[in-house]
Amino acid sequence: MSLLDISNLSLSIGETPVLRDVSLRIGKGEIVALTGESGSGKSLTAFSVMRLLPQGSALSGAIRLGDTDLTAMDEPGLCALRGKDIGMVFQEPMTALNPVQTIGAQVSEPVRLHEGTTRAAARARAEDVLARVGLPPDRFPLSRYPHELSGGQRQRVVIAMAIVLRPRLLIADEPTTALDVTTQAQILDLLTGLTREDGMGLMMITHDLAVVAGMADRIAVMREGRIVEEAPTRDLLTGMQHPYTKALFAASAHRVALPPAPPPEPLLVAQNVTRSYTLRRTRLFAKPRVVEAVRDVSFTLNRGERLGLVGESGCGKSTLTRVLLGLDPAQAGRITLNGAPLRAGSAEAPVQNRMQVVFQDPFGSFNPRHTVGRLISEPFHALPDAPGGQARAQAIAAALSDVGLSPDDQHRYIHEFSGGQRQRIAIARALITRPDLVIFDEAVSALDVSVRVRILDLLADLCRSYGLTWLFISHDLSVVRSVTDRVLVMQAGKIVEEAPTETLFTAPRHPYTRKLLAAVPTLDLPLRESTERHV
Amino acid sequence: MLRYILKRSGSLVLSLAVASLIIFAVTEIAPGDPASFMLGLNAQPETLAALRTELGLDVPKIQRYFSWVGGMLTGDFGTSYTYRTQVSEMVADRIAVSIPLAVYALTLSVIIAIPAGLFAASRRGGAGDTGVMAATQLGVAVPNFWFAMMLVLVFAIHWSWFPAGGFPGWDKGFGTALRALTLPAIALALPQAAILTRVMRSALLDVLGEDFMRTARAKGLSPRQALWRHGLRNAFIPVLTVIGLQFSFLFAGTIIIEQVFYLPGLGRLIFQSISARDLIVVESVVMLVVFGVIMINFLVDLAYAAIDPRLRTRA
Repeated sequence: MSLLDISNLSLSIGETPVLRDVSLRIGKGEIVALTGESGSGKSLTAFSVMRLLPQGSALSGAIRLGDTDLTAMDEPGLCALRGKDIGMVFQEPMTALNPVQTIGAQVSEPVRLHEGTTRAAARARAEDVLARVGLPPDRFPLSRYPHELSGGQRQRVVIAMAIVLRPRLLIADEPTTALDVTTQAQILDLLTGLTREDGMGLMMITHDLAVVAGMADRIAVMREGRIVEEAPTRDLLTGMQHPYTKALFAASAHRVALPPAPPPEPLLVAQNVTRSYTLRRTRLFAKPRVVEAVRDVSFTLNRGERLGLVGESGCGKSTLTRVLLGLDPAQAGRITLNGAPLRAGSAEAPVQNRMQVVFQDPFGSFNPRHTVGRLISEPFHALPDAPGGQARAQAIAAALSDVGLSPDDQHRYIHEFSGGQRQRIAIARALITRPDLVIFDEAVSALDVSVRVRILDLLADLCRSYGLTWLFISHDLSVVRSVTDRVLVMQAGKIVEEAPTETLFTAPRHPYTRKLLAAVPTLDLPLRESTERHV
Repeated sequence: MLRYILKRSGSLVLSLAVASLIIFAVTEIAPGDPASFMLGLNAQPETLAALRTELGLDVPKIQRYFSWVGGMLTGDFGTSYTYRTQVSEMVADRIAVSIPLAVYALTLSVIIAIPAGLFAASRRGGAGDTGVMAATQLGVAVPNFWFAMMLVLVFAIHWSWFPAGGFPGWDKGFGTALRALTLPAIALALPQAAILTRVMRSALLDVLGEDFMRTARAKGLSPRQALWRHGLRNAFIPVLTVIGLQFSFLFAGTIIIEQVFYLPGLGRLIFQSISARDLIVVESVVMLVVFGVIMINFLVDLAYAAIDPRLRTRA
């Protein structure tokens, strides 16, 4: 008999149906992955099990945990169940913890709440469970506050909170999406280990198929509120039936076809670039600490070349981007574009005008009160000889058509577009001045896998028509592999390895590169080939 | 935490030094000769010279500044020109009214606003919320002197529960003195409570949308428990800012209410001494008010650190 049995679950919020006839079973000690793109209903399925749904939700069908029907329970009954029989781990470890309470108070809270033990006994339990998730009390005392921990450590605290009462079912909602690849691998190991040891059921929600391919017993694929395919992991990976599942898998293994790079001719040259920040003093008379975010970085980017930059968060990628864009001055070293030196903050900045950037967040980087036409023609303001009137209108129309949108879209506002379309608009804005160099800073990281594929294909097309040169910065190694010719690996402010993309991925030399690559979850290689044949 | 307190104390001393310099410069140096200003246009030259000697205007300005500051540090605020009494004594009498009045009004404001904000936030969009919000609109819009007069009409003249004005002094008994301050405190508290209710409501609504509130519910806390254990303390951070601002205002910005109730408070003292051109009193009382406000800000900073552990390490 299964531990969790969801049958014919339908949910609507207000008038909108969001889940349709969802049925899913999870047994003891079993890991079931629920995957699909954003908006497919994965998280709402989890919140239906927790019965933590937004107001105005109407639920039908049955959700049984063991012998209990959760849909028939009243609120006090559910409160007694949540945290005790069902634990939950959330996506954002940075905000899932209360910032003004110690981790000890937060981890021991479920114990005191559900078992009514003394404070001391609850704290002892908290110490035990924190040690179990890899935060031993001698190094991570209970008196720590969340802001004193890293993202991975906070996620461990969230997991500790969820499993302290050894729940029968654990729900993990995108538990590693906000984390680095190496941290992700550790958290996935931890979750798998805990599930097997305690005989819990684990419902693992993720948009990233590769994350669950290595750990789940069964995978359920959701689309538009329905489960479209569900099978044991091995069967699903080898013999997927539903066209949507096939498309999803094909997309996550997608490789774009870049045109060959032209013969090398240096475009952007960075020589011994250093950028450091002075931290605030930790003690009154202590020497201020200096962090060298970028240390002695040198590289050359040739015209027409597609260069990748990878590394974990905090390795200095963003600082280097800011220095290259001229937003921050470099304290030492020299950067030239087309042979002309780049100076940060200079008023005319003709060199910077030859560079454009596309950021991660396609919504946050636009002013919501301007029309798309005005947004994408903004780079013209910095040009001394910007086209006006008819010529400008033509440039706007051409840029929009080039990124696959309609010229009429220029009169609309940014909120009228989807995430993928917004990123197309961001690319149009970057290309409208025909820059020498485009920097993509995590430009596809926020997009769903199928949308990401279309954007990457678009980049390849534009590469042909515009003869683009780009620097592609990402923490997602598989994306970098598909759209670059050469890759720089950055660790603690330094470039530790530089190699042609395929060489780097097949024969990494630096231990750090090997560690990064080993941590990347992948669908098995033979499987990938078989899926490619399908499409 | 100790470092945080030391740092805040340092900035406290610095702000006071800067404030004293500015006040001294504005009142004594900028508009020409204080003695002729105090005596008016038709002053006799002899009277003027006598006042100058009395004020010590014939010594260099730097020396005057230091003797002024030094005097205040030892409790000597000088002698009022109009009343011929020690400024320190006058101020002490006024503070005995102003500080209790401010504390009284602020307490009322907090007692009304925190539950009202909680009530409105927990019934967001419902009838209770709409009602509370409408009441706060009214509270902000009604001029408090008018409200004060209505209070006097109803509770002092019609029902005679409270005196209509004046202050008998604390030596007439705590209850009697408190009764005299009750109507003014209510009049002062009303608009403050209205503002604070709105701040409390929006702070709570912000917190209710936070991820950690969902975490709390997932642990098995009921909505009420989650609110009390995780929501309130986080919501108090913006509320505290407003409380600090309100106390600063109530400390010295209550001239109109003091006038309506004929209370001998600090506000009236400033007003009277400005009308009488008594610069010695003005200068010292303004400095005292500045000191009070900066002290309140200091206490608010300490309270922040008590609520929010992130501030303790970051500062």
